[in-house]
Amino acid sequence: MAQNFPPEQLVAFYKEMLFYRRFEERVNIAYTNQKFSGFCHLHIGQEAVCVGVQAALTAEDYVIAGYRSHTLAIAKGIPSREVFAELFGKVTGCSRGKGGSMHMFSKAHRFLGGHGIVGGQAPLAVGSGFAAWYRGEPHVTVCYLGDAAMNQGQVFEAMNMAATWKLPVLFLIENNRYGMGTDIRRTTSIDRLSKRALAFDMAHSEVDGMDVLQVYPHVKGILDKMRKEPAPYLLEVLTYRYKGHSVSDPGTYRTKEEVLTYQQQDPLLQLAAVLKKKKLATEQELEAWDEIVKAQVKEDERFADESPLSDLSEVWQHVWVEE
Amino acid sequence: MALLTFREALGQAMDEEMARDPDIFLMGEEVAQYDGAYKVSKGLLQKYGPRRVIDAPISEGGFAGLGIGAAMVGLKPIIEMMTWNFGIQALDQIINHAAKMHYMSGGQFSVPIVFRGPNGAAHMLGAQHSQSLEAVLTHIPGLKVVSVSTPADGKGLLKAAIRDPNPVIFLESEMMYGMKGEVPESADFLIPLGVGDRKREGTHVTVIAWGRVVHKALAACEQLAAEGIEVDLIDPRTLVPLDEALIFESVRKTHRVVIVEESWPFASVGSQLADRIQSVCFDDLDAPVERVCQEPVPVPYAEHLEERALPSVERILHTVKKVCYRTE
Repeated sequence: MAQNFPPEQLVAFYKEMLFYRRFEERVNIAYTNQKFSGFCHLHIGQEAVCVGVQAALTAEDYVIAGYRSHTLAIAKGIPSREVFAELFGKVTGCSRGKGGSMHMFSKAHRFLGGHGIVGGQAPLAVGSGFAAWYRGEPHVTVCYLGDAAMNQGQVFEAMNMAATWKLPVLFLIENNRYGMGTDIRRTTSIDRLSKRALAFDMAHSEVDGMDVLQVYPHVKGILDKMRKEPAPYLLEVLTYRYKGHSVSDPGTYRTKEEVLTYQQQDPLLQLAAVLKKKKLATEQELEAWDEIVKAQVKEDERFADESPLSDLSEVWQHVWVEE
Repeated sequence: MALLTFREALGQAMDEEMARDPDIFLMGEEVAQYDGAYKVSKGLLQKYGPRRVIDAPISEGGFAGLGIGAAMVGLKPIIEMMTWNFGIQALDQIINHAAKMHYMSGGQFSVPIVFRGPNGAAHMLGAQHSQSLEAVLTHIPGLKVVSVSTPADGKGLLKAAIRDPNPVIFLESEMMYGMKGEVPESADFLIPLGVGDRKREGTHVTVIAWGRVVHKALAACEQLAAEGIEVDLIDPRTLVPLDEALIFESVRKTHRVVIVEESWPFASVGSQLADRIQSVCFDDLDAPVERVCQEPVPVPYAEHLEERALPSVERILHTVKKVCYRTE
């Protein structure tokens, strides 16, 4: 698999995943140090998903996501320091400090938001796909969903409309196996969530979400076809989150052994092995990159720290669009 | 002016706006091939084709959300709810998404969308098809709410709602679709949101009503006039934003207020109006503000029970006389 990738792409994938890992770790530290409050859902362990998907997207494509979306927002182009500042509720945040951890937005980068109602983003994604169809535009919309969202009624409604009208929407399930603290197998009648597509006669597949070198070509193949022949697709990405549902979750519903099993297939470790084997990086170089990235995310936090709070008049702004 | 039914006036508003702006599309159950469950969209499929007039599956939450997503990326959807009772299925999308998108995104995304359909009771439709839901919808910051009572208001306000850059809830009534009225024919006829209307001029008592009960209030006004009580009948037309200036001006003139609403009394639009009036016009009042509401029960099916549960001309008459201290 790895031999099909240009060396610079392998290096770029690694550095991006490393950045997301260190970014979320820095966020975790800031949260633990009570620099900010509220909910905070980390993407640690799932980095190969957003890196592999983003590499298959263009700037014109839209992305919409659920509440675990710090890294997805950055991947779509939002400067990481604006995501950090949003967490700190600062006016320099990508949603002016009015969204927070779950509600990163960027119109300029076509990131249609992180959303906090499980599955609620699915109909919105179909609306974005509908608009592309309505205007005859070639771009696609990627709708990130968690595994537990697959039991929400409006996700079924959304998939039915997308399939009926052949709208260019990739429903992408990040199956990290747990809806908050509930093992998806305890709440779901089927073993593979991608099978839900059968109900809508929709194309579907699964991919190993711990390996960016599988995620990227798989998603690119789906989207290349979708751009030529608009139709929705349901992709189940098998992944795992190392941290709790949110920072405050100790994760008592799963064993340490289970977490370790996934950490042995860690997306960074896997790609680091490839880089070393292909002599694209030495252990010393990997460590040096790590130091650079750690400095970058510290700088993001410093920007967030030093950014001003918004004026109190902001409370009343943006309720209405002023004509 | 042309004499049009309510459904024709609303259809004309959509037709004129769709002709003006190619980003506008209409989606809902039965809006296309069936010409609309209540024929409001009659002829639009023929004129604008299946790309712009779209029959939706029975998935109110789904197609409401589709409209919101499409609006976020620049289209201007009109989403028809066959009735607002079904619109309850879409409240997650309307409340959690449409109402908050502009705010949560720090002003980046807007949702220029109209959700329209009949609100309130018709005739013997039972509890699940007869609800007046304006209190639920007006409660949510970020939603404009319009409730119309005449074909002309319907046309002028629907056109303004479609042009508004915010999500607008547009409340109609099954019982009024066949009602006729004079409607201005100009395509530029717009009624701005937030401007109320005096449906009848009087000096003795202010009656505030919106939507279908305006007509019950008008009937009561006729009888009251015969007894020497002249009512100042205010129809706010838009509940959010509300034309408070018109209401306060009327109260300062008459010193007595009756609020008539088809919805339930607890935490309603009427209770909000009563609060604002007592707060701003306390010294102007010569009697407590009174309200005529639907009884706090699910709407019953049987005709005589339904009539008793809903606001009636008789109850309006009685309550107006009460605030005038004219009851026997």
